[in-house]
Amino acid sequence: MQKLIRIEPSKCVGCKSCELACSFKHRGMFAPSRSRIVNEVFLDEAKFITVTCMQCDEPWCLKACPKGAIGKDAVSGVVSVDEVKCVGCRTCVSACPFGMITYQESSRKADKCNLCAGEFPECVTFCPTRCLTFSEEDKPLREKVLRFVNTMKDGQGEV
Amino acid sequence: MGKGWIGKVLRVNLTEGTCAVEKLNEAWAREYLGGRGLASKYLCAEVDPGVDPLGPENKLIFAAGPLTGTYGAANGRYMAVTKSPLSGTIASSNSGGCFPSELRYAGYDLIIFEGKSPRPVYLQIHNQNVKLADASQLWGQSTDRTEDLIREKFHGDAKVACIGPAGERRVLFANIINDKHRAAGRSGVGAVMGSKNLKAVAVRGNGGVEVADPQGYRTAALDSYGLLRNNPVSGQGLPALGTAVLVNIINQSGALPTNNFQFDTFAGAEAISGEKLAETYLKRNKSCLGCVIGCGRVTRLSGAAYQGSGEGPEYESIWALGAACGVSDLAAVTKANYLCNEYGMDTITAGATVACAMELFEKGLLSEAEVGMPLPFGDGAAMVKLIELIAKNEGFGQKLALGSYRLAELYGAPELSMSVKKLEFPAYDGRGLQGMALQYATSNRGACHVRGYLVSPEILGLPEKLDPQAIEGKASWTKIFQDFTAVVDSVGVCLFTTFAIGAPQVTRLLNAATGLTLDEEGLLVVGDRIWNLERQFNLRAGVDPGQDTLPKRLLDEPIPDGPLRGATARLAEMLPEYYRLRGWSADGIPGEEKLKSLGLS
Repeated sequence: MQKLIRIEPSKCVGCKSCELACSFKHRGMFAPSRSRIVNEVFLDEAKFITVTCMQCDEPWCLKACPKGAIGKDAVSGVVSVDEVKCVGCRTCVSACPFGMITYQESSRKADKCNLCAGEFPECVTFCPTRCLTFSEEDKPLREKVLRFVNTMKDGQGEV
Repeated sequence: MGKGWIGKVLRVNLTEGTCAVEKLNEAWAREYLGGRGLASKYLCAEVDPGVDPLGPENKLIFAAGPLTGTYGAANGRYMAVTKSPLSGTIASSNSGGCFPSELRYAGYDLIIFEGKSPRPVYLQIHNQNVKLADASQLWGQSTDRTEDLIREKFHGDAKVACIGPAGERRVLFANIINDKHRAAGRSGVGAVMGSKNLKAVAVRGNGGVEVADPQGYRTAALDSYGLLRNNPVSGQGLPALGTAVLVNIINQSGALPTNNFQFDTFAGAEAISGEKLAETYLKRNKSCLGCVIGCGRVTRLSGAAYQGSGEGPEYESIWALGAACGVSDLAAVTKANYLCNEYGMDTITAGATVACAMELFEKGLLSEAEVGMPLPFGDGAAMVKLIELIAKNEGFGQKLALGSYRLAELYGAPELSMSVKKLEFPAYDGRGLQGMALQYATSNRGACHVRGYLVSPEILGLPEKLDPQAIEGKASWTKIFQDFTAVVDSVGVCLFTTFAIGAPQVTRLLNAATGLTLDEEGLLVVGDRIWNLERQFNLRAGVDPGQDTLPKRLLDEPIPDGPLRGATARLAEMLPEYYRLRGWSADGIPGEEKLKSLGLS
């Protein structure tokens, strides 16, 4: 199974530590607007939503790239941009329906989350509430299923 | 300019309608760091301390610190620095959220507002594009509505700091609200903003903050995070129950001022506690930018009597609108807190002023006819009604909009104002906590808890437990806490982190960010310098050392109830030692030698 950044929105407190950590590692500065992972704070609804590239099995960005600059690693499953091949045409930016691949003015290349290229993801390291975890197993999914199962269980009488 | 600082100041002349970018004064940045310290330096250099706080000659400075917008220790703070219309002292009010960091991402460390706009305006900042825009449609709007309207008009991702109707109408303790619910709360900085016809500052920044030693900075940050997580206050108490965790703790300690400081235990404490808030109106927890504590409480009221939503109430607000007024109805307290945020005024002074009015009423100095209703302690509905009247500066509210000191003076009983230098106390009685008594009396902005939070050692036992009733050593503790806090307020770090981290951690972060080579002792010298600078401003503003005192009630009337029964504030026994440790004369004046050693003469 592929190791991915797992996200549990219910644990998020909207601190943007993930954006700070990501931009500091990959841009060399604390610049949330240039982070690969996005933590959005909805003040009125009191909801905090974090999104990042989920390393699609059939990536739109990969299919759209006219230069073959985007690849998916057969072992790690990471979808990454080959900066040598990338010409900065931004076709991938248009293709990704999630807005998770961007064009960077500084490098003049396409840019996306590559799960920190084999190092432990920096955003997960700095997440204070464990809203973000990095694992093969989809634990948040399992917890959701368990919550549902327990609701069913509580509704059952003794047989 | 070295890393850490952006190196730019935005100067906005509201009279002329001009905005100009200038270089940050590097020498000052090294000596005063940023935030409270650096803005105080600019204010002292540019403003005559004798000015009318609400006149165009006063300036208002928004100042982030060299760590604002980074990670490491809840580094999302800024300071609003000006001369206070409430106390006449130098004012610096702190707030977090996302706005302060966005200011740095847009490319500025400080904004200096000067003059007065002929009509309501707000400042738009989109990186290097800066302009003053018409605010006639925003004038009169609540703080949350103002933010929505600005996001619709200017930029969907803008971070906004603004005043509400209370600031527009010069309520002397109006505040500046950012990110809808975070407040630069005390001393009336919002009234100064209103006096300049400046409704809001909206910022969108796409740049970033660089540090001098990235690897060293990262390691220092992880070290601080470890300490913050493993500390009982920053790692457990504050995340679990927010600042309201203190209601029961301070009440059980016998230092929760009740009915305008007539008692120090409150029978209704449990009903307005953090535990009760968590059971009732709490929706979820929320952090400011870069914070691993997350003490913010998003709440919603949907009962029959009161409706609304927002953040808080925080501990001090619960106390001021609750115990100080004898009110144990958490819904009323929460509603009043929302009103304060929406209208933009300080919950502490607002609640404490209502409490003062209630005692004037109780003592027969204030009539029902004058108020327009009976005003007994414990009447939550009356408290909420008065809060609204204050915020609108209408009817009897006009007298309360002046703060408790001027109110009590009007009715011939200034001793019933529970304040120092006309700023009302927060939620800890100095009679029970001798260190706090000294800190209140000597604080540069009046009776304030966040200039030296001696509650930490005296009640919570951090960094070590001190006997709250002892006076030995308290002068020294007070000075160290005041100096260290001045540094924390200047680098852009949240004071709440200091339950867990101290001078070693802040020094490491600051050095790694800026390339400075301060040691811990040097860091505290910076704090001492800031403290003395503020003191000089106050002395020149006519706030004489005779005001380093406490209300008669704290000095002469023993606490009548609870575990600390019988205690009074032993200020006279501590003050001479404090002056001596500060290197001041016996009558509280910083001497030439002292000032010279700090580079202030």
